[in-house]
Amino acid sequence: MQDLRYAKVSTVDDAVAALQAGGSTARVLAGGTDVIVQARARTRAIDMLIDIKGIDEVLQVAFDADGGLTIGAAAPCYRIYGDADVREHYPALIDCSTLIGGTGVQGRASLGGNLCNSSPSGDSIPAMIVLEGRAEIAGPNGRRTVPVEDFCTGPGRNVLEPGELLVSIHFPAPAPNSGAAFLRFIPRNEMDIAVVNAATQLRFDGDTVSWARVSLGATAPTPLFVTAAGEALVGAALSDETIAAAAAASKAAASPIDDMRGSIKQRKHLSAVYTQRTIAIAAERARG
Amino acid sequence: MVTTEKPKYKVVGTRPIRPDGVEKVNGRAEYGADVSLPGLLPGAVLRSPHAHARILSIDTSKAEAMAGVRAVVTSADFPPREGDGPQARDNVLAHDKVLYVGHAVAAVAAVDLHTAEDAVELIEVQYEVLPHVMDVRDAMLDGAPILDATLRTGEPDGSKGDSATNVAQHIHYEKGDLAAGFAEADIVIEREYETTMAHQGYIEPQNGTALWGPDDQIRIWTSTQGLFAVRDTVAGMLGLPVKSVKVEPVEIGGGFGGKIPTYLPPVAALLSRKSGKPVKLTMSRKEVLEATGPTSGTYMRVKMGAKKDGTLTAMEAWLAFEAGGYPGSPVGAATMCVFAPYACANQVIDGYDVLVNKPQTAAYRAPGAPASEYAAECLIDEIAEALDRDPLELRLQNSVKEGDSRADGFTYGPVGHVECLQEAQESPHYQSELSGENRGRGVASGFWFNIGFETSMAAQIQSDGTVPLVMGAVDIGGSRASAAMQFAETLGIASEDIKPHIVDTDSVGFTFLTGGSRTAFANGWAAYECAMDMRRQMEERAATIWDCDRESVRYDDDGVIRGPAAAAGAPQEFTFKELAAELPNTGGGIVGRADVSKTTHGPAFATHIVDVEVDAETGKVEVLRYTAIQDVGTAIHPSYVEGQMQGGAAQGIGMALNEEYIWDDKGRMVNSSLLDYRMPTALDLPMLDTIIVEVPNPGHPYGVRGVGEVPIIPPAPALHAAIYNAIGERMRTLPMSPRRILERTLPDDE
Ligand SMILES: Cc1cc2nc3c(=O)[nH]c(=O)nc-3n(C[C@H](O)[C@H](O)[C@H](O)COP(=O)(O)OP(=O)(O)OC[C@H]3O[C@@H](n4cnc5c(N)ncnc54)[C@H](O)[C@@H]3O)c2cc1C
Repeated sequence: MQDLRYAKVSTVDDAVAALQAGGSTARVLAGGTDVIVQARARTRAIDMLIDIKGIDEVLQVAFDADGGLTIGAAAPCYRIYGDADVREHYPALIDCSTLIGGTGVQGRASLGGNLCNSSPSGDSIPAMIVLEGRAEIAGPNGRRTVPVEDFCTGPGRNVLEPGELLVSIHFPAPAPNSGAAFLRFIPRNEMDIAVVNAATQLRFDGDTVSWARVSLGATAPTPLFVTAAGEALVGAALSDETIAAAAAASKAAASPIDDMRGSIKQRKHLSAVYTQRTIAIAAERARG
Repeated sequence: MVTTEKPKYKVVGTRPIRPDGVEKVNGRAEYGADVSLPGLLPGAVLRSPHAHARILSIDTSKAEAMAGVRAVVTSADFPPREGDGPQARDNVLAHDKVLYVGHAVAAVAAVDLHTAEDAVELIEVQYEVLPHVMDVRDAMLDGAPILDATLRTGEPDGSKGDSATNVAQHIHYEKGDLAAGFAEADIVIEREYETTMAHQGYIEPQNGTALWGPDDQIRIWTSTQGLFAVRDTVAGMLGLPVKSVKVEPVEIGGGFGGKIPTYLPPVAALLSRKSGKPVKLTMSRKEVLEATGPTSGTYMRVKMGAKKDGTLTAMEAWLAFEAGGYPGSPVGAATMCVFAPYACANQVIDGYDVLVNKPQTAAYRAPGAPASEYAAECLIDEIAEALDRDPLELRLQNSVKEGDSRADGFTYGPVGHVECLQEAQESPHYQSELSGENRGRGVASGFWFNIGFETSMAAQIQSDGTVPLVMGAVDIGGSRASAAMQFAETLGIASEDIKPHIVDTDSVGFTFLTGGSRTAFANGWAAYECAMDMRRQMEERAATIWDCDRESVRYDDDGVIRGPAAAAGAPQEFTFKELAAELPNTGGGIVGRADVSKTTHGPAFATHIVDVEVDAETGKVEVLRYTAIQDVGTAIHPSYVEGQMQGGAAQGIGMALNEEYIWDDKGRMVNSSLLDYRMPTALDLPMLDTIIVEVPNPGHPYGVRGVGEVPIIPPAPALHAAIYNAIGERMRTLPMSPRRILERTLPDDE
């Protein structure tokens, strides 16, 4: 453990000011399920935590049928999977928010924290990518938005500039006849880091796949938006051939490392398997 | 004394609420890290970043000068060394060399933990990094990096080798004529097996608090399996007489053998002497995994011959076990266990204790047996397949029975392997059909010795007839309950009237470790003898009250003391409680006592059945159904017996499927967290069904054998067989993780 200072802020502006004043060793504290662990283990130099859980905007979970869904950066998983609108319209967010950590961790862990921690294996990121999430960022120069697939720039690195924080993530309202799903592979059944994870969103026009997005995690320095996999599905009815082509595209896009959690060969293979499996669930959900 | 009909017990075999249950459930029970004392200083330990290095110098001056630091110690703070070779204390604070990453080098006590951790980073150690060796096969080669230049191999005949080596001990057992046995065989199969280092994974990290008084009296609080072992170790390392050290009992959050060695208490004591304050050291999970004693990784070769009729004619094993930085792997037990369930006439077994630059290994639930018996049981399964025999049938045909002996010379009394196999055959699980793609069933057996040794107990009677029962064995698995129950059974009273207490090392006679599946057995003997001592004294007291001949008074098993008139039909009797109430006015209290050291422990056998489904696309194994069958002698408290069987099976499944130490090329463990050291969670296991077999141990008043260890042995070979039956692959390296299975089944070009 390091000796830490702690500040709780109640507006986005105060958070930006505190981050600027704190410099590179100040960190935003959302649920703390990553940052407190890192401070304890001394794996990052941190001397100040700025708690944003006093800001209403970062705690919201708000849906309307036209505008879509806005999830505050610090809204914990349990509020996300407890929300009736999210359950009805965004089951892929239920998939990931119910499997991050366990019940205790889900009481705190946020999608914003998951994204800002920017781990290649972050379990909410592929789902947010296929759901066309856009990250709303506030900073010394005002606000800007970045598509989730462009947010992470490397393991533990992202587009946030000094003094910036993530305020919320916005998802468009789901189109008719669409469905999305997220899955991960772990050697156990809980409390593990994804060896590979994947998400798919599909839209159908009759039997034809009219639109598709596929994303993979833990297979590259950042979560991947695999456009080639989506393209392999679009313009035809789902078939063993198109699914195999999408899986092959995922496998080709994956450039994983060998580490204690998985080997290159294993991860490449699982990229294909989990692409196929999420396509199947997404299609089932689209057909409702 | 072996009876198939069970004796009628009133307390033994029932399921009372455990005496320590409420405190543990409501969080009030005091564990090692809960100890709080006036002026207590926290501390932190500096650990080696190198797998093998010579320590050239340690400069603690900057740490000592830091504000808030109260003491810094290194191995130089121990008393002067005697002799050349390594000593036990070198694993507590490294002397001239560090032998594994995580090896303790120095320690700091400070006003708070942040300061202590910051100060640790200011200690400057100069190392000369040496080549390291991690695999037993490499360590046994000529020219391997040598960990201890003074080490010479101890040979089976007691002689010593004459050159520098990493092989600390070579063990050899044989019986019969191996060559003749193989010549007689119709089939001979030889296989290689490997297991990886695995940790006990107890919940509570190691801790140690010490208060070194100005009178050189030291008090220690620590979570340990042996209060007396800590006392003797601390006194020995500090060069003090035993009377200077008192070890206080605290609750223990699991041990499984890993809390037998002493790591932190001597260091806390040195810091306390320097600072004049009590000092508490606690380990992080990373320290627990990197710097305490897991069980050995191994490399093993096993060869067996069998006749077409199923008779095993020859068995040969070659076992090399990782010791860690100092001698002491469990290969000795592994060699005795490897073929223990089978009555094969011709056997040769060789075992090697090999130093490698990994954490010093410690006992882990049936130390050594889960590896060596895994190798043997997997091969038995292959033999059964080759002979087209049911694997339980083949085991039954070759099983040891009373009168058979092992290669190490031990001859069995009544044992229950045959009974376990028969129960397995008749079990609903084995009788059920298993169908479906990628599904398979496997079975395997296990053997463990169990042990006896010293246990002391004392009890007094309170005027209301309740009995505080004082003992020295730490309660890990429900031993307060089982001691109280056996004591109550002997006195013919209710177990709820017994108040078991575990007390410090000055307040009870010497008691050996809680380990070796001995505690219910040895506590039971002590409780029985202590209660019998009380019965005799109560008979005497009743004789005084009734003014009759002592020999004419009888304490009966129903808890009633009857005088001579009662024998003639007149009312002359006391219940236990009635006589208890009389004691203060008729001569004072009664104290019962017992000191036992028994060698009549009974071996344990188990047979497990498992069904799995393998996800062929991911290599992940799902355990569908599990049944553990075990001869326990007598189940004193069946719920805790079932809990031990389930707990052992869960740990065995963990070692079989996912748990492993993973190292980088510098000899650093890369998965030292519970996120990446993958023990099974509740979601990874089905209900673990149990079938208790009771073949009473004639060497125990209630037939107890010992329960805790044997159930960890069968899971890995049973899973090996089940996975083979599911997907046709024989996985001969543990763990059989998704990665290993997938890499085996994927085509090379994928
Ligand atoms: C036991 C356990 C199990 C876990 N299991 C999983 C799992 O299964 N899958 C998984 O993906 N992760 C898992 N995690 C990691 C962690 O829970 C998740 O990444 C979680 O989503 C992080 O959210 P948080 O709100 O706790 O983030 P925090 O720890 O509060 O923050 C994480 C990082 O993001 C920064 N940050 C947070 N919010 C903002 C913001 N609004 N603007 C700018 N920076 C910000 C913080 O400064 C910090 O660097 C687990 C963690 C634990 C302890």
